[in-house]
Amino acid sequence: MSLWAVLLAVLALGALGFWLGRRRALGFVAQAGSEVGAVHSRPHQHGVFVAILSLLPALAVIAAWAALAGGLVSREVLASLPEGAVGPSDLERSAFLAEVRGLVRGDYAAAFNAHAEAAAAVWKASATRYAMLFGSAALALGALGALWGWSRLTADFRARTRVERFVMLALVLASLVAILTTFGIVASLLFESFRFFQLVSPVEFLFGTQWSPQTAMRADQVGSSGAFGAVPLFWGTVFIGAIIAMLVAIPLGLMTAIYLTQYAAPGVRKVAKPVLEVLAGVPTVVYGFFAALTVAPAVRDFALSIGISNASSESALAAGLVMGVMIIPFVSSMADDALTAVPRSMRDGSLAMGATPSETIRKVLIPAALPGIVGGVLLAVSRAIGETMIVVMAAGLAARLTANPFDSVTTVTAQIVALLTGDQEFDSAKTLSAFALGLVLFLVTLALNVYALAVVKKYREAYD
Amino acid sequence: MTEAVQTAAPTLWSSPAMQARIRRRYRSERLFKGLGLASLALACGFLLFLLASVILSGWPSFRQTQILVPVSIDAGRLGVTAAEAKADPERLRRANFQGVVQDAVDKSVGDAVPLVSEGAWLALREAVEADPALIGTHKDMWLIASSNLDQLAKGRIDLAAPEGDRPVNDQEIAAWKQLEADGKLRTAFNRTFLTAADSVDPELAGVWGALKGSFLTLVVTLLISFPVGVLAAIYLEEFAPKTRWTDVIEVSINNLAAVPSIIFGLLGLAVFLNTMNMPRSAPVVGGLTLALMTLPVIVIASRAALKAVPPSIRDAALGIGASPVQVVFHHVLPLALPGMLTGTILGMARALGETAPLLMIGMRAFLTSVPQGLAQPATVLPVQIFIWSDNVSRGFVEKTSGAILVLMAFLLAINSLAIYLRNRFEVRW
Repeated sequence: MSLWAVLLAVLALGALGFWLGRRRALGFVAQAGSEVGAVHSRPHQHGVFVAILSLLPALAVIAAWAALAGGLVSREVLASLPEGAVGPSDLERSAFLAEVRGLVRGDYAAAFNAHAEAAAAVWKASATRYAMLFGSAALALGALGALWGWSRLTADFRARTRVERFVMLALVLASLVAILTTFGIVASLLFESFRFFQLVSPVEFLFGTQWSPQTAMRADQVGSSGAFGAVPLFWGTVFIGAIIAMLVAIPLGLMTAIYLTQYAAPGVRKVAKPVLEVLAGVPTVVYGFFAALTVAPAVRDFALSIGISNASSESALAAGLVMGVMIIPFVSSMADDALTAVPRSMRDGSLAMGATPSETIRKVLIPAALPGIVGGVLLAVSRAIGETMIVVMAAGLAARLTANPFDSVTTVTAQIVALLTGDQEFDSAKTLSAFALGLVLFLVTLALNVYALAVVKKYREAYD
Repeated sequence: MTEAVQTAAPTLWSSPAMQARIRRRYRSERLFKGLGLASLALACGFLLFLLASVILSGWPSFRQTQILVPVSIDAGRLGVTAAEAKADPERLRRANFQGVVQDAVDKSVGDAVPLVSEGAWLALREAVEADPALIGTHKDMWLIASSNLDQLAKGRIDLAAPEGDRPVNDQEIAAWKQLEADGKLRTAFNRTFLTAADSVDPELAGVWGALKGSFLTLVVTLLISFPVGVLAAIYLEEFAPKTRWTDVIEVSINNLAAVPSIIFGLLGLAVFLNTMNMPRSAPVVGGLTLALMTLPVIVIASRAALKAVPPSIRDAALGIGASPVQVVFHHVLPLALPGMLTGTILGMARALGETAPLLMIGMRAFLTSVPQGLAQPATVLPVQIFIWSDNVSRGFVEKTSGAILVLMAFLLAINSLAIYLRNRFEVRW
């Protein structure tokens, strides 16, 4: 009995419940004849009521099956082995289990481990037993639920009220997912960071200027302690995301928005807006590839040509420039919103006094739209410092405190990727530090977002 | 005071000072307008430059260089006769095709330098499996060339550079020129690139494995984020009482939409992998992670769509006796659905291009087989691009750009679908 077959059977059972419930209610309707209101709910609501009672318990059992069965079977297989057949470590166990699973599925022709052959038989028996157990439980519960629901139907049974109460419950649960996600992010980051701060003091992490997260492979290695001062990472993040990228994105994005809202003919706007949307929709990994392959060598050649001898092929400038271009559409659309929210009377008044359009824009529109623009820029900064792929591919991993844009620097996001993509033990300070970095990133972007959204909202209300 | 104003001369517009002033103001006006146009042109120009450079370097990945090799399919060398092959396909599958192809290559083009790809024998196996009667006959086959030869034939290697600085040696160049002169080289459509999974050899690597991984991942994402997102939006927009509790939900949704994607990767790693012990690199985990990331986007778009449905519709339905749930599900939801779908499709497009969170949950795996299920290790297209972009081998630069072209084509198709839906079904009240 496979999981999918049981699922299909359960769904069929639910459909059958719906049909039976509806038929019974149609019977009530026929009995009542022309008397209005004799049957409280519509026939299909009776049907849905029976189907819900049938599906809910059965699906719950199937969910439990999907979640638990693998672990239960593995435990039984491991328990069936003779003493010392498999090494004690988790890695050896999971390798053995993977082999057994491969044998059962027929991926491997012959067993590598001597015990795997026997274990595969145990696996098969155990998996079949659990499948029978859970499968029959699901079907029985589904049938019982349907029967019980069906037996409760009468002409004045309030099926609609009950079904709607269930719908409301589903709606509330769905909206709770967002809270659960936020809670999950905060909890997992806090928990792992707490473990990290037991190994490394928060003061050293937040204010130290040495970052070299290599921890020892063996206890007796030299220089194995690792240094977790994250200031160079914070500086690199700010340097690339908030300085270089913004130097590109703010003027270009703002001027683009001004041109599109104030000067451009409708035809130009019609072409330019989708182009900017495409620019915003290009995946970041494409920007990263472009930065690493085309922009970075060009930047290095430029640095060499102006006499900087040790220019690196991974430079802050290349990553920042490309990130700035990536942010242009975002800044432009935020500035666009802010500019169009300025009341038309202000613009007309200024033009009527004889100011040129550019004077109107610089002296009336921009000051009036400034809070909205600033809010948009803050959101853009928050997006830039959380951006990962461009810096991973183009900025490098050297943690340096330097203001030289041709030097390579590293960022919080690039380090998180570097720390977590190797094969690591999961409780070393090295991997845990990624969560501490994630926590800092989350808090900073959260603060930026909350503040910027509040500014933008307040500004919109002022002109509404 | 008032007298002084009255007696002052009127502004003399024709005075040279005033004329100069006006000229200056007009000049700055033109300059400002020019700056605006220039920055717009710069942004558009950058897009064009990016697209052009990707297309130029990625286009050749859809072409493949092949070498003409006469292969004698000898039953003895193969270790299986035509009759045996028909009776036992499994035995044919394990037959010594490598040896047969190696002999043929040694005889016709020489074995001084590797010219034919190490995976070229797969084509022979495919041909013989389709028609076992080929055993014992001769067949002229176009075999996949090695990556170096492929790059040479596509003109991607600077022949003027000294031998030590280029990836191919003089011997290979001589062999290439000889083959070219003999008419034994051709370029054909690269079927491998669209049907294979990853490989260590650039000429054998393809995007199909990653594409299928992307597809499986997005199916999970869609199945979770669309229903949950729409239901959450309905609750918040139509039913939620204005309490502190719903304010908390609203704020957390708005913030989740702006949380960096890599944070969702950390969440997936900590919760799905380390706490719930789900399999690493699996599409189901990637799909769940991306679903959490896409959810706020869908909720926000769906709420906007619900808000756009005029209250008169709700009032009319309530007026003739529908219950609030019936009002929403029978009348408001069908009208808001096109807007919701558009938002969902745009969210899916974002999820398709997302890389960082999937790196966190181990989808940066080197996989030479196409993923078969939701719990099997898989990789996705953007991650494949990232893996290839890290590869120093020259042939992979071309493959990376080729994979980017495939990804961009899919994004373009998805976005066009969203625009079409918006124009076709959206009602303006």
